[in-house]
Amino acid sequence: MSADRREWPLYEVFVRGKRGLNHVHVGSLHAPDDAMALRHARDVYTRRNEGVSIWVVRTDAITASSPDEKDPLFAPNGDKVYRHPTFYEIPENVPHM
Amino acid sequence: MNDDHGSVFDGLIGGDSAQWAFGTDFEDPLAGVDTTVPDGVDHAELAAYCLMLGDDALIMSQRLSEWCSRAPDLEEDIALANIALDLLGQARLLLARAAAADPVVVPALPEGSPVPAEDALAFFRDAGQFGNVRLAEVANGDFAHVIVRLLLFSVSRLALLERLRASIDTVLAHVAAKGVKELTYHRDWAARWFLTLAGGTEESRRRLVTALGDLWPYQPELVATHPVELSLARAGVGVDPATTRAEVDGILDQVFAMSGVARPDRPPLEGEGGRTGRHGTHTEALSGLLAEMQVVARAHPSGRW
Repeated sequence: MSADRREWPLYEVFVRGKRGLNHVHVGSLHAPDDAMALRHARDVYTRRNEGVSIWVVRTDAITASSPDEKDPLFAPNGDKVYRHPTFYEIPENVPHM
Repeated sequence: MNDDHGSVFDGLIGGDSAQWAFGTDFEDPLAGVDTTVPDGVDHAELAAYCLMLGDDALIMSQRLSEWCSRAPDLEEDIALANIALDLLGQARLLLARAAAADPVVVPALPEGSPVPAEDALAFFRDAGQFGNVRLAEVANGDFAHVIVRLLLFSVSRLALLERLRASIDTVLAHVAAKGVKELTYHRDWAARWFLTLAGGTEESRRRLVTALGDLWPYQPELVATHPVELSLARAGVGVDPATTRAEVDGILDQVFAMSGVARPDRPPLEGEGGRTGRHGTHTEALSGLLAEMQVVARAHPSGRW
């Protein structure tokens, strides 16, 4: 193994399905650069005709919340049932609610 | 099996199944296509032509399949397998077309054998009956070798299929239209890797240049003309590969220029007495490939898959 060998960076892959409205995280992969990451994502995650659009982003470009912050970030919403639109009548011709 | 849900494969057939997160929508590439051979077209020539293009795809697909589990990374492994499957799909359509155009080309099997004609052509012909270019049959080398092979192959095949879309044979035109989308990706993938290896390390560049030199003698055959190709090109059915030469050279020179690799200066691999792969005159490599590819089918000529 030569000194030139380096690990490829990790990428996260998001695919929008044919009937999907938004890109959904489907997994991750390694690639030498952004352009190849897109091609790898096409090969690895859309082989079964799943997608019409792909996003890839380097994993280290994502800032994620920490499990340690779970309570201060999310617990305060647990008792605020009035934030859900369950007290409204939704017209039948409004899709995707 | 749960009766309430039927077969697990039900969802693959319809396009609207909700059980697959992203849907299916598989297409039959020849749905609604007129499969009659156009008037005035020589059936034997059409069959021979379909076998040439089909065998290119079949043999190349087999060599690429041998990479399965051996690529440098999982992602490249899947990419090579995908490309192999694309080519296998083209081969199936073309071999089936050859059999439909002229059933005489299909090897005889035991009476009642359920083996379809396309399989009989793939598994029961000998090396001398294959019409593929010799570039497709050369034994595999390292990763740089498969990149160079795929680049040379896909640049030529894409240029050919782009023209074949105008064939008066509607089946060939449809196969070509489907193949153009596939080959566009294969060429892009191979060219990107060519640039990556050329601009990578000293070792990757050395391997790339070596592979290019080794495979270059097989390149001219991709743009050479067989009499059947010329005859069908005049009939509006086929494409004379010589008409793609300028485009193929231009694209290869562009890749060479971008990667800073010199165009090799090696003479073409001559055929025997002018006979090349298209005439059924092959290198020894094809026999070994066929032995492995055909052994199971030949052991069970009446087998059902």
